[in-house]
Amino acid sequence: MADAKGIVEIRIHGRGGQGAKSASQLIVEAAMDQGKQVQAFPEYGPERSGAPMVTYARISDKRITTYEPVLRPDIVMVIDPTLLEQVDVTNGMTGKSILIVNTNKKAAEIRNEAGFAGKTYAVDATGISIRKIGRNLPNTPMLGALIKVTGVISLESLIEKVEKMFLHKIGKEKTQANIDAIKEAYEKVA
Amino acid sequence: MSGLEKKCKKKMVPLTGNYAIAAAMRQINPDVVAAYPITPQSAIVEQFARFVANGIVDTEMVRVESEHSAMSACIGASLSGARAMTATCSAGLALMWEMLGVASGLRCPIVMPVANRALSAPINIHCDHSDSMGARDFGWVQIYSESAQEAYENVFLALKLAEHPDVQLPVMVCEDGFITSHCVQNVELHDDAVMKRFVGERKPEHSLLDLKNPITVGAIELQDYFFETKRQQEEAMGHALKAYLKVGADLSRVTGSKYPYFDSYGLEGAEAVIVTMSSAAGTTKAVVDRLRHDGKKVGLLKLRLFRPFPYEQVRDALRKAKCVGVLERSFSFGAYAPLFSEVRNSLYEAGKKPKLQSYVFGLGGRDLLESDVEEAFKELLAGKTTGGMEYKGLR
Repeated sequence: MADAKGIVEIRIHGRGGQGAKSASQLIVEAAMDQGKQVQAFPEYGPERSGAPMVTYARISDKRITTYEPVLRPDIVMVIDPTLLEQVDVTNGMTGKSILIVNTNKKAAEIRNEAGFAGKTYAVDATGISIRKIGRNLPNTPMLGALIKVTGVISLESLIEKVEKMFLHKIGKEKTQANIDAIKEAYEKVA
Repeated sequence: MSGLEKKCKKKMVPLTGNYAIAAAMRQINPDVVAAYPITPQSAIVEQFARFVANGIVDTEMVRVESEHSAMSACIGASLSGARAMTATCSAGLALMWEMLGVASGLRCPIVMPVANRALSAPINIHCDHSDSMGARDFGWVQIYSESAQEAYENVFLALKLAEHPDVQLPVMVCEDGFITSHCVQNVELHDDAVMKRFVGERKPEHSLLDLKNPITVGAIELQDYFFETKRQQEEAMGHALKAYLKVGADLSRVTGSKYPYFDSYGLEGAEAVIVTMSSAAGTTKAVVDRLRHDGKKVGLLKLRLFRPFPYEQVRDALRKAKCVGVLERSFSFGAYAPLFSEVRNSLYEAGKKPKLQSYVFGLGGRDLLESDVEEAFKELLAGKTTGGMEYKGLR
């Protein structure tokens, strides 16, 4: 999907503490392992737990020099569905952009709610994470959904990265739970 | 972050500007680091403290109660013959003010990364250059970094330049707070052993711990010698201008990167030129690429070395342009903005001068958009100058 401008630009909407920043780092680090040039940076405002926040990621075959925030995202990922009512998550999206939302609703409903006519995908990342990880940690399963619908990196390379990053921090069992959650979101996103 | 990056051969890793700088400090393994945390610099020292705690470096880490003390400890260590480093920004740099002048006046080759941040008031934790620009007349060499990669490599450049026998001056390595300091990017770390060999050992000509050759440091100098001492300091800045290229060439052989006074990006045949520093140069490059593709004659001069200022070279690079805009992230209240002032000065001796425009942008972390840069290029291409200061991104 990087054909047109040679770069994929991602914007992630979440709330402080939901792991939007970690998600953007995880995806670009996995992409970097595949030889890509990357950037990941949050929009730093007053940092408060629970407050709406935005983080950006760029993945490219060529060197990235700009430090402009992502204004015309190819992909928008919404980690917290309540943000749809508060934030214009579709700002700057074009007909070719992709919207992915963590929700237990159907994609068609989300399309209406967000007022977005383009490709929209829904995945119950919260439900999946509670079942698989035992906690509401939707950011990792959301990445499973993201790579399924966009193909920015392969499932294998994301899992490999998760193993590398998580194993020494949270141990084998929890790492496997995260991987299972990613796989389920990868399968169920629609 | 990918945990602690361990000892490495040359490899590509995802790092923020702060972690890239910490990686350089790890490879340098300085004798002493004395530092105090301040956003957005803190991650440099936090990461380095991990290296110390895990025995990856054998640095004496001094946890001080303020930045004034941090610089004081570095000065003491440096005069004792040690390789001393710290890092700071904004209010922390301001609190060091007094000791900054002592460090340069006593000719201490201290290296200090600065994650540029606005100065209060109003209180603001985000990027602009008011902190390091405020310190520009304190006798420190100042190098500005566009990216995490540059920040990483500039630390090595700074170290060998500071310790160069003809220089013996402290050096600041600036990166943009948050914009670069907290942005995860591809960084190519060079081989540990190679970098260790490059930095070598510090061999001071004089040191307080050299008991066989005792010296006095910090003695009072009144009307009798003060002037001469200060003139020598100014002379050392002149030497730094030459040594910068020499040290850069040495480092280049190790890293493969180049370390000119400034990068010329599309300057050949450019009618409209933007002069800027740090991350803004990266954003400007993206705009230059696009406008050049559309056949517009635009270019960028990205200044790396701000102190000492390479007047002659900047003049030669800009004299053929039709219109030059200087984009910068700080004021010098009541005067021309700092970078504009130097660019204007550098063109005084040029026979045929380009038109000049001063632009201030991004104070307190306000985003610089590509459309801001594009708009500036359009104005410069049209030869539109106002004779005063203009703003980009100001509401």
